[in-house]
Amino acid sequence: MLPKWFNDWNRDNPTNIFGPAILVGALGGAVFVAILLVTWGQPYATTSMQTGPRGTGMSVPEFNVALATPDPTIDAYYTDSPVIPEGGEPLAKDIYQNVQVLGDLTEDNFNRLMLAMTQWVAPDQGCTYCHGDVALEEYGKDDLYTKVVARRMIQMTQNINENWDGHVNAVAEVGVNCYTCHRGENVPSDIWFNITPVNEAAGGWAAVQNRATSLSQFTSLPSNALEVYLTDPDSMVNVHDLESRVAGVPGLTEDVATIQKTEMTYSLMNYFSNSLGVNCVFCHNSRAFYDPSEFTPQWSIAQMGRQMVIEMNVDYLIPLQDTYPPERLGPVYADAPKVACKTCHKGYQRPLQGMNVIADWPELATTGAPVYE
Amino acid sequence: MAIREYQNIFTQVQVQGAPEWGMDDSGQMKRERVGKPGFSSLVGWIGNAQLGPIYLGSFGVISLATGLLWFNIVGLNMLAQVGWSIPEFIRQLFWLALEPPSPEYGLSMPPLNEGGWYIIASFFLLVSVLSWWARSYQLAAEHKMGKHVAWAFASAIWLFLVLGLFRPVLMGSWSEAVPYGIFPHLDWTTAFSIRYGNLYYNPFHCLSIVFLYGSVLLFCMHGATILAVTRFGGDRELEQIADRGTATERAALFWRWTMGFNATMEGIHRWAIWFAMLTPITGGIGILLTGTVVDNWFIWAQEHNFAPLYDGSFGYGDYTSYEAFIGKEN
Repeated sequence: MLPKWFNDWNRDNPTNIFGPAILVGALGGAVFVAILLVTWGQPYATTSMQTGPRGTGMSVPEFNVALATPDPTIDAYYTDSPVIPEGGEPLAKDIYQNVQVLGDLTEDNFNRLMLAMTQWVAPDQGCTYCHGDVALEEYGKDDLYTKVVARRMIQMTQNINENWDGHVNAVAEVGVNCYTCHRGENVPSDIWFNITPVNEAAGGWAAVQNRATSLSQFTSLPSNALEVYLTDPDSMVNVHDLESRVAGVPGLTEDVATIQKTEMTYSLMNYFSNSLGVNCVFCHNSRAFYDPSEFTPQWSIAQMGRQMVIEMNVDYLIPLQDTYPPERLGPVYADAPKVACKTCHKGYQRPLQGMNVIADWPELATTGAPVYE
Repeated sequence: MAIREYQNIFTQVQVQGAPEWGMDDSGQMKRERVGKPGFSSLVGWIGNAQLGPIYLGSFGVISLATGLLWFNIVGLNMLAQVGWSIPEFIRQLFWLALEPPSPEYGLSMPPLNEGGWYIIASFFLLVSVLSWWARSYQLAAEHKMGKHVAWAFASAIWLFLVLGLFRPVLMGSWSEAVPYGIFPHLDWTTAFSIRYGNLYYNPFHCLSIVFLYGSVLLFCMHGATILAVTRFGGDRELEQIADRGTATERAALFWRWTMGFNATMEGIHRWAIWFAMLTPITGGIGILLTGTVVDNWFIWAQEHNFAPLYDGSFGYGDYTSYEAFIGKEN
């Protein structure tokens, strides 16, 4: 195929071409990549948010590409400013039947909120999702579980905005409404159910850990952290001794935390981090996780958030267990769906990246009659 | 071009022929050596191409048998945890573990599925490891060697015993022991440090790190030095120790002129063994003191003035705001 002189010359002049070829290839490749980086820029560039004193390494990094892309559900948010009552209008409780929680609203505001709720929770099904495919006169009936649950969720929302100001409005007025969790879905994403024990043929601590599950954040840490720390008002997250020496036997002496409990706390902390897209040093100085003098302000907000979630689960969500149809219940224990940090935060430091969702909805800001300004 | 070179890292010249059986001055020793010797070119790349025979001995048999029992108890427990499903076992292998007893059992024998198997498996592992140690001692004695390898191994066994036996007993609970599992033992390590207020403030942990990193540095310095003077016969270290040649001279001068000090051809090996042995010895002391003598190392460190206190001026006003972070400010 090749001319004879060429083959002859090659045979007479044996040369190792692989060494130089690899060298030139490697150098050429390196130069090419360097040129790409210089001209197009670093594709994985990050920006850091400082969270502690300089020199402690306390910062939360994020990819620039992620920062440049806002939460897509912000664009899909529906809102409408309130109709300020002039006084004397008939109220929803006088016009409609069986209005238990929003009775003090004027008709305009009541319908405005009803419309918004369909946009937030059931944009595809509309009014029928809760009221059923019936005539308007029948809308007062409580035939569908969705309506019963929705009423309780309105109460929960009002309770959060009124009584958990320290969490939801800690940094700025943000508040919550249905959309904070639902984001246009009938069932909010990132809810959770009990799944422990996860291991067969094992009891005690061995049964609740060492499996890659969604509740262990796919680590081998315990899968019951949310169940213990987010449904039990008496649970204590802390594991440290606050003196250099404390006598006692772990597991046998009260208040002496075990390695196992520490792993469970670690599992919860992992969940916190992943839910907010942050790391340990968003709240802690990692050299002394327990030390209150080294917490950031976010620590107390998170602490308040845990108490809030416990109340939401214990007072509002778990008691609804018998109201739900089977397909809404947990896959293992048929337990009621529960919330935690990620149900609202969805991986962002602030839900909806700090968008104020309560300013337009004074009806949801209080358990009493709404105050319009 | 075709001149074969003798090099140290990859021994390009492999000696393969009649297998070498070793000394047998009493005429009785060969029966202790089992396995038909063979040759592997692959193995020859990284060391001696001859594989076997191996001296088993009574301790070897005990060690392998009990070690296998431990391995099978751990493995079968993991398999039982996933309902005897092989695919799930493979999928979750790095997550699964045989856990120590639950904390409420203290030092008593728990039910099998709550750590009982762990105690049984640990007993076999203990016998296995100690038998292997006895074997390393016995073999050295038979070879009329010093017992350095056995004592070096013992330093690692010290840490192993502290983690699984001494410290749990002192703490009064088997639940303090380390689980047998890939990720779970790492969980234990992290939790252990966090639970006891940050192990980095444990001075023996500091020492252990010093010796560990020091071992790495020494290993690299020594290996590099010997390879560098191999061309002068430096890899024949024993000859160089007894009769210092140009290789030793050059290596010594290199280090003396580099940093003012040089180890000797013999002494460098004492540096190496002590650095390596002190890693688990100091580490073991640090673990043993944790939870038994000191429960919060960070507070302990502050009390002993080697962890500073902040003045409390976090200065939040100067930090990036969330709005600026996500580019919504201005």
